[in-house]
Amino acid sequence: MDRLLSGPPLTAGTESYGAHQQRFGLLPAAAARSLIGRLEASNLAGRGGAGFPVGRKWRAVAERANRKGVVLANGAEGEPLSLKDRTIMAARPHLVIDGAVLAADAVGADDIIFYVGAEHQAAEAAMRYALTERSADLRGRARLIQAPRGYVAGEESAAVHFVNAGDARPTITPPRPFERGVGGRPTLVQNVESLAAAALVARGDDAGTSLATLSGAVRRTGVMEIGLDATLAEVAASGGGLVRPVQAVLLGGYFGGWVDINDVWALPLAPGSLRARGHAFGCGVLYFLAEETCGVEATARIIGYLASQSARQCGPCLFGLGAIDAACRRLAARSAQPDDLKRIARWSGQLAGRGACKHPDGATGLLRSALGVFADDYAAHQRGFCVHRAPAVGRPVAMAEAVA
Amino acid sequence: MREQLQVDRIRCDGHALCAELLPEVIALDDWGYPIVKAGTIAPALLEHARQAVAACPVLALTLAQRLEG
Repeated sequence: MDRLLSGPPLTAGTESYGAHQQRFGLLPAAAARSLIGRLEASNLAGRGGAGFPVGRKWRAVAERANRKGVVLANGAEGEPLSLKDRTIMAARPHLVIDGAVLAADAVGADDIIFYVGAEHQAAEAAMRYALTERSADLRGRARLIQAPRGYVAGEESAAVHFVNAGDARPTITPPRPFERGVGGRPTLVQNVESLAAAALVARGDDAGTSLATLSGAVRRTGVMEIGLDATLAEVAASGGGLVRPVQAVLLGGYFGGWVDINDVWALPLAPGSLRARGHAFGCGVLYFLAEETCGVEATARIIGYLASQSARQCGPCLFGLGAIDAACRRLAARSAQPDDLKRIARWSGQLAGRGACKHPDGATGLLRSALGVFADDYAAHQRGFCVHRAPAVGRPVAMAEAVA
Repeated sequence: MREQLQVDRIRCDGHALCAELLPEVIALDDWGYPIVKAGTIAPALLEHARQAVAACPVLALTLAQRLEG
């Protein structure tokens, strides 16, 4: 099953260039030329969260780059419940670098930037060392830049803005990075796992696996490579099974959504299968919410985090998410104002598309999923009651640490 | 070729003049920021839309040409 993480166990640490080459051989020299078409045929969807088709993204840059493009390998990974990007960078840096080199050759880029979250120290050290193992030619084209902390620093226009001007806040689009990005040049901003997957496609892989980060009421938490044809039940079994009854799953991270366990348990996690039901695999976060844990409280923690992570540039995001956060807190504390539930339902439909980036869209999408899946709990909390005994697991940050 | 309104959400400070001049297309949320009705501007409202664009004190509102398919 393991392909992105095949080879020695993760506990063995960073794979050297020698060991990487022994397993995979040299980069197929001609691969880049035909790679865009093969990526399109593979239906590889981006693994950063939005799930945009990788081949189509590369083609859009290739059509404009004129050999002067830029590849920005995005390893910011600000998603609190996700660990997979830092894991693949720390354990398999050469697969990520292979993908970035292939992308640069395929789209016509002479500048490769590895944008790595400042808090992911093991990943950064591994990437830095791995670059010293590569050719002088590659080292001359590549650089590593620390991404500042924060949820929006990994948003693609924010990443470009940071490289250009030291300001990791999103900019208005258009122009999108593929039109005008780093230094004003067409820029491919691509998640590091997506690049690693592209490096496998170049060697004949069918992109049929993905990384996922499991947390919550599952026995083995952490990063796992899963087959995209696997059902959630099979993935949970690979994680050692559930440790207690589960009512819902947070699918795709904080910009994803809650799904009732019965609606998703037997569903394959392939993008098409989820999309048909209105769900998305996103960045591969799978958080299992125990039956005894209150979804209203868990959601209030997530919304609180997302509101705190607004870049505070756009009114609807700053004030809208702020108001939603306050109402969600009151509801969670069973001290709601008379119309709090009605108000968050109305606001949750008003913010999408009204920010420079998709931050308000992501947060309100998460909230709408919660209002559906935990409808009875929200109604109870509005009246001052809660049927659950156990508090939700920690703050978001503590939830992420619990996974590590 | 039709025109539609676009808001630069970073520039917009919620002065709300646009909603006063073009209530048929622009509503305000609870914090005074514009909610623009989707779609292109009806010809009868184009002049009002231009006035709303001109009135925005921070130049956050623009009328953009849209090529209809």
